[in-house]
Amino acid sequence: MIKLVALEKSFGTNRVLRGLNLEIKDAEILTIIGGSGCGKSVTLKLMVGILRPDSGEIYIDGEKIDYDDRQKLLAIQEKFGYLFQGAALFDSLTVGENVAFGLRNLRKLSETEIQRRVSEVLGMVGLSGIENLKPAELSGGMKKRVGLARAIAYQPRYILYDEPTTGLDPIMADIISDLMIKLQRDLKVTSIVVTHDMKMAYKISDRIAMLYEGRIVAEGTPEQIKNTQDPLVRQFIEGRADGPITISLNHTGEILQ
Amino acid sequence: MTKYWKKFIISVGEISELIAETFYWIFSGQIDRRNTREQMYETGWRSLPVIFLTAIFTGMVLALETGSSTISVFSEPVYLGTIVAFSMIKELAPVLTSVVIAGRVGAAIAAEIGTMKVTEQLDALSTLGTDPIKYLAVPRFIGVISMVPFLVLFADAVGVIGGLLVSVYKWEIPITTYWEDAFSYMYLEDFFHGLIKSVFFALIIVAVSCYKGFSCEGGAEGVGKATTSAVMISMVLILVSDYFITSALVLLGIG
Repeated sequence: MIKLVALEKSFGTNRVLRGLNLEIKDAEILTIIGGSGCGKSVTLKLMVGILRPDSGEIYIDGEKIDYDDRQKLLAIQEKFGYLFQGAALFDSLTVGENVAFGLRNLRKLSETEIQRRVSEVLGMVGLSGIENLKPAELSGGMKKRVGLARAIAYQPRYILYDEPTTGLDPIMADIISDLMIKLQRDLKVTSIVVTHDMKMAYKISDRIAMLYEGRIVAEGTPEQIKNTQDPLVRQFIEGRADGPITISLNHTGEILQ
Repeated sequence: MTKYWKKFIISVGEISELIAETFYWIFSGQIDRRNTREQMYETGWRSLPVIFLTAIFTGMVLALETGSSTISVFSEPVYLGTIVAFSMIKELAPVLTSVVIAGRVGAAIAAEIGTMKVTEQLDALSTLGTDPIKYLAVPRFIGVISMVPFLVLFADAVGVIGGLLVSVYKWEIPITTYWEDAFSYMYLEDFFHGLIKSVFFALIIVAVSCYKGFSCEGGAEGVGKATTSAVMISMVLILVSDYFITSALVLLGIG
């Protein structure tokens, strides 16, 4: 279980998170929706300790993240698999070495066991036999799937997905959604997904939470979110330009309505 | 103006922290062997051709200039070996080698780490149980700091030979005279003088370039800026610190 308590995080003068509270139950898929730049990715990075909150606390399985204790932080990071927005594959390494990277650092396995696990997870994402290709030779969808294979290779308890379908065609997006549901069912992991792709959010989520102005403003099952009367949520899920959510369209931050 | 000073002081703090953390990993013995070998090969072996060209022409032009200048004063070319060898070994080989390495290796370091930063690969390293400084900075520090002094020795030799070629074929000085001029006044300290300087320059190059890479922000443009400023800052710091390090070494009686 993950518990985020009163998280605040600013970058310069930009207050991204302003007291975010959220609880993630074991073995569920929780989707966080919200506009671009509202702090969704920042929330994920806070959970794994890549970023440090300005204030607030994060509990992973009841244990509070301690940023000064390197060993403990590493032990917490081991529980997470992270699929980055652009997959973030290491371009100097082959696909096989990429997938094996976490295994080598986090698990004590023999070379044959590592190779077996690498081909196993690549098989799970439908990309058997591409171990020797370089990331530059892959399409966007393949990169995402290799990133996913790398994230699940060392059997983390939690998988974080940062915009897993952004930049993919609708068919590949659906394939990725199916893959996420399948992984959830087979591996019994907890998934936290950040997206603004509502189609996928409805399809995969057990619960959906909406992030707006640095706080969670709505939470519920996909059905509840779909039928909510909350004008903020309605505007977002229907994708309308007019409504309570205002977006600044020019560099001065002036609101054009 | 105070804003810039504040930024400058923060950068100095961060770069010191980076250096301290890198040396912590090095002295705790947690070194990624494969990456370190690759970096040593890249900095050392692959820089030889450009260092060769730089050093041989510098040696040649020194002999040419010294010859024509001494002719106008003494009516014959004298002390060519002395001037070429001292200039190369104490000053030009360390400085020119470092400037070339800043352009070749420093730029590559800043661009590579910067690209990894903006594409979230540094974050990915952290989530996969690897400290980015341990994985990226440590091999580069070892690669650059260990290889630059060897490159300087190579440049010393090539530069002196370049000077010899011009002295013998252009000014028709006997080889033995050139060698005697070059080395009868030279002590081992003069070599150390150049080598000690080059170690400082190497540290400047690798620390600035790694720092610029790690603190890179803002996509392709950010990577471009990080790379340019890594090279520019390294070069300026090399040339400025050269004067002060040289004064200190002279004061200590090394060269």
